[in-house]
Amino acid sequence: MRLQLSDEDVAFRDEMREFFTTKIPQHIRDTVAARRELSKEQIVESMQVMNAAGIAVPNWPVEWGGKDWTPLQRHIWHEEMQLAGVMPPLAFNASMVGPVIAAFGSQELKERFLPQTANLDIWWSQGFSEPDAGSDLASLRTTAVREGDEYVVNGQKTWTTLGQYGDWIFTLVRTDPEAKKQAGISFLLIDMTSPGLTVRPIELIDGGHEVNEVFFDNVRVPAENLVGEENKGWDYAKFLLGNERVGVAPVGSSKRTLAAAKEYAKTAGPGGSSLLDDPLLAAEIAELENDLLALELTALRVVANSADGKPHPASSVLKLQGTVLQQAVTELWVDLAGPDAVATGAGEGSNVPDLARTATTNYLNYRKASIYGGSNEVQRQIIAGTILGLRG
Amino acid sequence: MDFTLDSEQTALRDAVRGLLGKAYGSSETRREITKTDPGWDEKTWQRLAEMGALGLPFAEEDGGFGAGPVEVSIVAEEIGRVIAPEPYVEAIVLAGSLVAAAGTAEQRAEIIGALAEGQLVPAFAHTEPGSRYSESATGVTASGSGSDWTLTGVKEPVLGGARADVLVVSAAVDGGTGLFLVQGDAAGLTRTSYATFDGGRAAHVAFDGTPATPLGEAGVDQSAAIAQAIAAAQIAYGHEALGAMAFALETTTDYLKSRKQFGVPLMTFQALTFRAADMYVSLELARSTVTWATLVLLDGSDEADVLEAASRAKLQVSKAGRHIGKEAIQLHGGIGMTAEYSVGHYMSRLTAIDHALGDGRHHLAALSSALDGHDVVEPLP
Ligand SMILES: Cc1cc2nc3c(=O)[nH]c(=O)nc-3n(C[C@H](O)[C@H](O)[C@H](O)COP(=O)(O)OP(=O)(O)OC[C@H]3O[C@@H](n4cnc5c(N)ncnc54)[C@H](O)[C@@H]3O)c2cc1C
Repeated sequence: MRLQLSDEDVAFRDEMREFFTTKIPQHIRDTVAARRELSKEQIVESMQVMNAAGIAVPNWPVEWGGKDWTPLQRHIWHEEMQLAGVMPPLAFNASMVGPVIAAFGSQELKERFLPQTANLDIWWSQGFSEPDAGSDLASLRTTAVREGDEYVVNGQKTWTTLGQYGDWIFTLVRTDPEAKKQAGISFLLIDMTSPGLTVRPIELIDGGHEVNEVFFDNVRVPAENLVGEENKGWDYAKFLLGNERVGVAPVGSSKRTLAAAKEYAKTAGPGGSSLLDDPLLAAEIAELENDLLALELTALRVVANSADGKPHPASSVLKLQGTVLQQAVTELWVDLAGPDAVATGAGEGSNVPDLARTATTNYLNYRKASIYGGSNEVQRQIIAGTILGLRG
Repeated sequence: MDFTLDSEQTALRDAVRGLLGKAYGSSETRREITKTDPGWDEKTWQRLAEMGALGLPFAEEDGGFGAGPVEVSIVAEEIGRVIAPEPYVEAIVLAGSLVAAAGTAEQRAEIIGALAEGQLVPAFAHTEPGSRYSESATGVTASGSGSDWTLTGVKEPVLGGARADVLVVSAAVDGGTGLFLVQGDAAGLTRTSYATFDGGRAAHVAFDGTPATPLGEAGVDQSAAIAQAIAAAQIAYGHEALGAMAFALETTTDYLKSRKQFGVPLMTFQALTFRAADMYVSLELARSTVTWATLVLLDGSDEADVLEAASRAKLQVSKAGRHIGKEAIQLHGGIGMTAEYSVGHYMSRLTAIDHALGDGRHHLAALSSALDGHDVVEPLP
């Protein structure tokens, strides 16, 4: 055991820190720091700057632009990025469909999609969930029927994050209606400009538009867009969801947001006094810092011990506790904003500080974090069932 | 000691529930109404007036109906059940009570009657930039003498500040914090309205040598009246929150019965039903505390008792509101996050109520600093 990073990893960390704090355009980092939504252009620009430096998709195979970094280095990359107020590469591209195509797609699909996916020239949407297939994803009903060289797709996906920007959507579709639930599912790539495909916005409780419904009405999809084998889609989806859960603990961004909250609190009291003089608030922040420390250390233990490629069992606490703390920090921000928390629509001429205006919309919005990507109930089931062996 | 409603009170509840149920039977109506200024429905307000709901807390000689905190609590709770956007607590319980408590007979006659009839909507302009939950005013100052006064400074955020026909404004005077009336069309008054996340409206209100009339005696400290009105409003907000929490819980239990995943209703999973049970625990503890606070207010024999009871109620509601709001969404999954569905709006409203007139931590701090004043907490006199 040893506390220090190796010299090599220290150098790596410094290199990443330097990159993220100097190469990602300031306006993008400022938007993140202001806790406002990034535009499509900002998300694309941010990922393209990383891709130009060869560090947008380090988790991919090296021949497709990946890096043979250690899990610890990948962790450092991810942390430094968040600490610097940089949005991680678009997950749909970098951690979801990219690795699936790289692992299971034909050579033709790899060549056609991977470079553009890494550079966010193609914006991918995730078309898994359906109105009646949420936690029970395998009950999905969108069908793809083979007709000659094509699949004809009918059905509906929902909760499609940023589907309004999507060029392509990777979907799970039912190709064998007779087979048992999981066995009849395929992984199909669909061009979102196809005739018969429509995207309808869903407004969320913070008033924002980040999710959509996607309808498929006799959408014709070339059969070559099938990833891997027909009816093997569930295996690929499990691989994808596994990737989704690793490294998802947003420790760095929670640390940065908490540090910013502490800074804000220093002058947010009556007459510019410090709210940190309030022992209740100070205690709450100290506790959050300690909880984040415990989470970060768990993440470090996980990456330091998963060198053999198998995820450390404790990795399953990362998503669960990561979202709990992420949500706790957003809640703290509302408390700091106090009576100003109501002023989410304040504009020019208002005396309400900008960070108070965004506090409540962020709080409401981040209720999503414990629902998507495997809800916190699902995470507990994984811990109880897979790790503790408690299967009722 | 009696925690139940009598038959007249039950009739009032049923009448208000009927009226608001009709007005906000679908959550779509509320969304439509909150989209345009002033963020609530003048017709519904008028109907509440016709029913007598707006004059409940005020003396008959002032033009009110001479009812009390229990009747107010009934209306507030029904407002909360449908999260009606009408400014009942803000205009009636807060601004109205200040006029009733501090105003001269003439001012009361002029304002309370019109308020009860729905003809005049006041707002209390009190919070100042950076003042947090302070009950005194420093940023807006008053100068003048006799009945000739002007105000200068900024109030923000003022709930319902732009729509208000008349503003009740707290302002720094020599002896402390005074109260003034400012007409909506006064010279030197600039109001900039914006939407709030719960569908309401707040405003930046700037006074620049704005003519103002002292509410009650000129230039004196009205801190005690302000504290009592705020306490009454905190308790009424508690009831509004109770209505909202009860509805959020009902909606959640209904959903657990009807939503199917893995071929079975969600209520098959005890991991979820026990959480609904915990929501019920939170709701009932809050209901007890808030109802008790209303009875302390009804008893009214000791102002300090009222302030303490209001803090205790607000703290309990803060905890329960956060718990129930979050769980209502979580137990619904994705649908709970949408603007089209109801529970997200309930969580929004509960969040807004929590941060109005002191959040949970604010009241916990107040209670913490007063631990020395008692051995045990005794609810009954
Ligand atoms: C903002 C947002 C963005 C999203 N983005 C995408 C996207 O881009 N693409 C995509 O495909 N999907 C996306 N999703 C969908 C997300 O994955 C689902 O919402 C999630 O799987 C939960 O499904 P559900 O909403 O249908 O809830 P349900 O499955 O109906 O669950 C309701 C509640 O019951 C719990 N529950 C369900 N089953 C059990 C059980 N067996 N035991 C205990 N508790 C249980 C759940 O945890 C939840 O609390 C997004 C969701 C949100 C909110």
